[in-house]
Amino acid sequence: MTAMTLAGTGADPRRRLKVLASQEALLAIAVIGLAIAVGLYNPRFLAARNLADVLLGNAYIAVAAVGMSMVIVSGNIDISVGALIGVLATFSGTLAVNGAPIVVAWLAALVAGVVVMALQGVIIAYLRIPAIVVTLGMLSILKGGLISVTGGKWITDLPDSFHLADIELFGLLPFPVFLMILVTILAALWMRYSASGRAIYAVGGNAEAARLCGISQPRTIVMVFALHGLFAGAAALLYATQLRVIQSTVPPNLELTIITASVVGGVSILGGVGTVVGSTLAAVLIAEIASALVFIDVSPYWIRAVQGVLILVTVIADILRRRRMAGA
Amino acid sequence: MSEIPLPQVAKRVVPWWLLRHETMLAVILLVALIVLGGLNSRFLTLDNLLNQGRLTTEVGLIALPMTFIIITGGIDLSVGSIVGLCAILLGYSWKVFGLPLPLAICFSLFVGAAAGFLNGIVITRVKVPPLIMTIATLALYRGLAEGISQARSVRGYPEWFYFVGQENLFGVPAQLWLLLIAIVVTAIVLDRTTFGRTLYAIGNNETAARFSGLPVDRVKLIIYTLSGLMAGLSACVLVSRVTTTRSDMGIGYELDVIAAVVLGGTSIFGGVGTIWGTVVGLAMIQLLKNGLALTGVKGDATIVVIGTVLILSTLVASSLQRRREGV
Repeated sequence: MTAMTLAGTGADPRRRLKVLASQEALLAIAVIGLAIAVGLYNPRFLAARNLADVLLGNAYIAVAAVGMSMVIVSGNIDISVGALIGVLATFSGTLAVNGAPIVVAWLAALVAGVVVMALQGVIIAYLRIPAIVVTLGMLSILKGGLISVTGGKWITDLPDSFHLADIELFGLLPFPVFLMILVTILAALWMRYSASGRAIYAVGGNAEAARLCGISQPRTIVMVFALHGLFAGAAALLYATQLRVIQSTVPPNLELTIITASVVGGVSILGGVGTVVGSTLAAVLIAEIASALVFIDVSPYWIRAVQGVLILVTVIADILRRRRMAGA
Repeated sequence: MSEIPLPQVAKRVVPWWLLRHETMLAVILLVALIVLGGLNSRFLTLDNLLNQGRLTTEVGLIALPMTFIIITGGIDLSVGSIVGLCAILLGYSWKVFGLPLPLAICFSLFVGAAAGFLNGIVITRVKVPPLIMTIATLALYRGLAEGISQARSVRGYPEWFYFVGQENLFGVPAQLWLLLIAIVVTAIVLDRTTFGRTLYAIGNNETAARFSGLPVDRVKLIIYTLSGLMAGLSACVLVSRVTTTRSDMGIGYELDVIAAVVLGGTSIFGGVGTIWGTVVGLAMIQLLKNGLALTGVKGDATIVVIGTVLILSTLVASSLQRRREGV
């Protein structure tokens, strides 16, 4: 530990890598450890059927958490994403029911997601309004707008080909899980090795230094939000197609689950640090915990309290760890 | 930032107090009152206005400490969840644990204060940003409310308990007196005490405030605790008004509260704001809701309007401020 005295800021890339690796390793161990522990208590938890359902039913959260992680790494936050996913799912489903070609219905959700999020990015970056105000306002606009336009009517009779979640690649890999893995890997590589990906870390870590390096902070933030919107669109499609109906309401507190996945996945709320591999693992862990509660005879009504504790513990641990590194 | 060009300040044609955010807002409020009154004869009646005061109390009680918090540059998103938790604990400690109702009320207020204290202690000691801390406790407190109640409601309170929520005292809704007292006290504290001035100092430059020997952490701890306590009080008033306790109470309160405070001219960046502004902001939000409802707009469309108002008022305030600073 004595070697740490040299770099007081904790900016040494090698050590930062080690810390990140440990966060992800920790999560992977937690995912497996929890499965074994709950399996010992109640073997039915380990049934292939249950594990597959946990992954399938929550892949959309991991996909959305990839975008959220980018937003948080850039030093911002977004609490409108849950409402947006509800709106996009309804939008896409309405198009499909009214006879639009399925591909158009799918693309419409992606495009609309990008437009709404990029708009928020512009307000945040160029008009310099804090992200929390913009996204809190957008949350209520989307939530209220959705219910007043649809009247809360469910969309049924969706064409069979609309259901993305039914597609199985090579006969065994369900599409949502495939998309979750693909998005995570692509985003992780892009954020790590491309200049525009690194710019997100620069802007979130030290905006002034990033500016001096010639990185446009507003442009980076708009880009991050636009991408976040794209992932939200993809998540909405997975979410919309896993049930036979779309409920035309905003899934309650979905944004909290997505933020929890990002934060527990090791994305530092102070900006500048974190990877999407961690957030995807965390999304799986949270889904696993929610499912495990049922198998160990705990009421599922406790899940949100568990989420709150998870965020709290990770955030406090992250800050204490940084402080120890800085002060050692 | 560049240096502020001093001489140009004197060239203003309009007197400075007319340009104040609160004054402009009050003028808009008056115009809105007259227009809404003209559109609907049921609007500008004493009964309706007093009833709107009744409805705004729960949000208002929370908006006052929120003004303090936002002036210091912080935020508290967990208030709605604290309302839910306190409402559930009020009902459960009375019905399930068998506490006498007055004790149950005290217990619920205590839990509210404790919830705010937890926010404050982690924000000041561990230095977790208020935004993230209160998002975490937004989930935690709501989760506790849901876990404890298992989505069951409590009703059947004794008759006297409904006084605060439903009766009048000297011709004015009883809970409005609570709000009025809270407004006067917080306005005096903010304007006339060292404590109040410290809030502005923290919001303008926290480091400078620290080096000036101001008890920054203690002050912050107090305002977050106060925020929790007032959310607990708001929960008791709410339960008394609607006669039942459910775990989803107070969902979305943070939107109304923050919108009222920001609309009232408190800068989301900290350092600027008044209780008087927040009171006008509260009135605006409530009249907007009422006016829209009377013209036949449903509740869900109302939150669209409030969300838009929140974003637009922040935009206007920040562009005005930027122009004033000559940036």
